[in-house]
Amino acid sequence: MKKIVEKHTLATRWFHWINFPILSIMIYSGIMIYWANDVFSIGFNNKTILKLFPDSFYHAFHLNLHLAYGMALHFLFMWLFAINGIIYVLYTGISGEWRYLVPGKHALKEAWQVLLHDLRISKKHPPVRKYNGAQQIAYTSIIIMGLGSILTGIAIYKPIQFPTLCYLLGGYYMARYLHFILTMGYVLFFIIHVLQVIKAGWNNFRGMVAGFDVEEIPATDKLEETNQLDELNTH
Amino acid sequence: MKKIFNKFFLIFKKPVNPDIDQLIKRRTIISFLYFSFAIVIAFLSWSWLIHQPESKAALKPLREAMKVNEKLFGGLFYDNNHLAPLFDKSKRAKEIRVNGDIGMGDDFDEDSWSLKVVRAPGDTLFISLDDIKKLPKTEIVFDFKCVEGWDQVSHWGGVKFSDFIEKYNLGTTDKLKADTKNFSNLYLYTGLVTPDEEYYVGMDMPSMMHPQTLLCYEMNGEELDWEQGYPLRLITTVKYGVKSIKRIGTIFFSNDPPPDYWYENGYDYYLGL
Repeated sequence: MKKIVEKHTLATRWFHWINFPILSIMIYSGIMIYWANDVFSIGFNNKTILKLFPDSFYHAFHLNLHLAYGMALHFLFMWLFAINGIIYVLYTGISGEWRYLVPGKHALKEAWQVLLHDLRISKKHPPVRKYNGAQQIAYTSIIIMGLGSILTGIAIYKPIQFPTLCYLLGGYYMARYLHFILTMGYVLFFIIHVLQVIKAGWNNFRGMVAGFDVEEIPATDKLEETNQLDELNTH
Repeated sequence: MKKIFNKFFLIFKKPVNPDIDQLIKRRTIISFLYFSFAIVIAFLSWSWLIHQPESKAALKPLREAMKVNEKLFGGLFYDNNHLAPLFDKSKRAKEIRVNGDIGMGDDFDEDSWSLKVVRAPGDTLFISLDDIKKLPKTEIVFDFKCVEGWDQVSHWGGVKFSDFIEKYNLGTTDKLKADTKNFSNLYLYTGLVTPDEEYYVGMDMPSMMHPQTLLCYEMNGEELDWEQGYPLRLITTVKYGVKSIKRIGTIFFSNDPPPDYWYENGYDYYLGL
């Protein structure tokens, strides 16, 4: 016997899917801006292992020589990114959805279990809930990162009008560095997120589009089944 | 054809006495139809945006957004009391980066140079470097910021543009004493042009009246280098470096935005920090 279980509210799904293209455009235009002074690299002891990014990368995606265009896009879509994020946080707070999202007492321990399970080190299955500990930590961190992007963004966009903010973030250079690191964080998040969604399968993905999960439940007596169907029909 | 349509719209019709699989299927199909529709709208919106006509090398909607941002950040948040943090001289960079030579043509004759100021049409002043040096000197050590994204602490010396305006009584629409605090009788913009007219910037008057906007003749305590804009350049802390024009030939005032080199190449006109 199958059962429809409501999972993500319509609002949550809208916020999620609106954010995706906007954040993509922010990263796309951000790299165009970064290209004009691409000073950050991965390495240690003053040895560069990987220059971020190689010229071939810019050329492949036409990200070079577009500083003006990148800035123009960035400073339009920043509004949409911030507004969508702020409304999402307000909604999550007011609706009570935050209760599922804010990491609970055992979140860290649970996240460790999830990691071991996903890496196939442990067979023990983590608890199945709307969001497990790992998800709680990830989805709360991403919101804090979003706030970080807005604050570091303001600090490098208007450092003279908001000098205190710029100072608290370690100065102009550091604010730009943090802004860049956060972006790399989104890219990392995106990769893991997509892999997890693929791994979780169709039912989970449908949850983010259609809003519901299908659960297998042990067969119940006939009466209860009819009641359930009646209830579904009224939806 | 009609049959296919009918069958399609059947999805939206609530089935009578459905079983659970029918319900799941119906909700899934309807949701994914909406989802696909949203993706199409998103792509059409993006396609619309990038195919808009350009205004000064920037897509028109993006140009409009720049103007809104300018109104917000240039109006609501901007304040001439907001100063760039100053540094100790020991913090200044040894090698000051040179990042552009547009307007710095080889045919420049330093001996015949004097600053040309167009006070009003037909009313032009020529001011020598020596006369400019007689005005009160201001020095700042600040973090210079390039639109490309780099920054560098550098040390500049010259005269505040507001002091210069007051001394020669420039930029006013009524020939009375220049109101450098509230800009009530000032033109809305200042235009600055290199002697060869190859490089030119337009600056809004509040930014020109900022106490850290200087006409500079010194860098790191020494006479301005040739490639840093000798004999006289602008330094302002409230804009990206592209606005700090090197080797000023002419200054004029206007209520319309004066031509601006990088604005014409797709950048924001305001470029305020």
